[in-house]
Amino acid sequence: MGTTQKRRDYMGFAFRQSVPVMLGYIFLGIAFGLLLQNAGYNFIWAFFASLIIYAGSMEFVLVNLLATGAGLLYTALMTFFINGRHIFYGLSFVEKYKKMGRAYPYMVFSLTDETYSVLCGTKVPEGMDENKVFFWISLLDQSYWVFGSVLGALAGSYIPFDSTGIDFSMTALFVVIAVEQWQESKSHFPALLGAVCGVLWLLFLGPDEFLLPTLCTCVIILILARGRLLPNAEKERG
Amino acid sequence: MPISVGQSIAIIAVTALCTVLLRALPFLVFGGKKEVPAVVSDLGILLPSSIMAVLVVYCLRNVDFAAAGHFLPELLSCLAVVGLHVWKKNILLSIGLGTVCYMVLVQAVFV
Repeated sequence: MGTTQKRRDYMGFAFRQSVPVMLGYIFLGIAFGLLLQNAGYNFIWAFFASLIIYAGSMEFVLVNLLATGAGLLYTALMTFFINGRHIFYGLSFVEKYKKMGRAYPYMVFSLTDETYSVLCGTKVPEGMDENKVFFWISLLDQSYWVFGSVLGALAGSYIPFDSTGIDFSMTALFVVIAVEQWQESKSHFPALLGAVCGVLWLLFLGPDEFLLPTLCTCVIILILARGRLLPNAEKERG
Repeated sequence: MPISVGQSIAIIAVTALCTVLLRALPFLVFGGKKEVPAVVSDLGILLPSSIMAVLVVYCLRNVDFAAAGHFLPELLSCLAVVGLHVWKKNILLSIGLGTVCYMVLVQAVFV
């Protein structure tokens, strides 16, 4: 098998894995590009913003920061607050990514909610290099986002149908991965822990502030309980 | 553009820098060592299931049980996604039909 053919196989498999993200990213990207355009920033801005920031929800906030001429300290604080959850994604991929060689920095950079979820749900077929598959999925995901942003800035107001609600595809993606994890794991404790902590902190702190305390609580409890959970988890991994 | 080009670039750069810093933090702290601490590798196994459940809650954080139109589309569509996925085990089908279901509900049923 030639190298070109092999690369095509990898891209094909990665593409199929990334299709769920494609839908959501292109349409969310369009929405972002359109907002940015309306705030007075054309497609070149949309391209570079999505290329170097690449964090969906944060980029929507960015439009406000730009429109109001926010201070840099305030910008930094908002970013830490909104994207703080990303720390926890890396935490579950440290061991894997550090062995990825040249792709390592990009893998760390491109670890969004959606890419994280798809990678968690990807089962690489026999004979394929998991690292390569992960890299292509990450790269494809970002290209959807950048493409959508530019498209939105250029032509977002010409979308011929009502796309209200299409952002539910991201919710659906998380639900699907959660279902798969549920079916594959012998211990449902981590999933239940996440759901219960999430709902409790949501009721307690409200929708804007519950996320970070929830993730911290989960990490602390999982660390405390790992001795009991690990025998199960070990078997799952092997 | 209400502010200068330079100021705009500065805001975008700071946002980008802070985002990268957050994503890189666990790798900066634990990635350099030869052996990743057992706690971290254990979390690598246990945490994804928790995070996915939290992300689902996060996506549904704005549902409002006071009005049918503000929680039924989410609830029904999520049930559809779960049902489809348990039944057919096809990611695209579950996400595609679930999303169409939600769009129909918010655009045509609960307006």
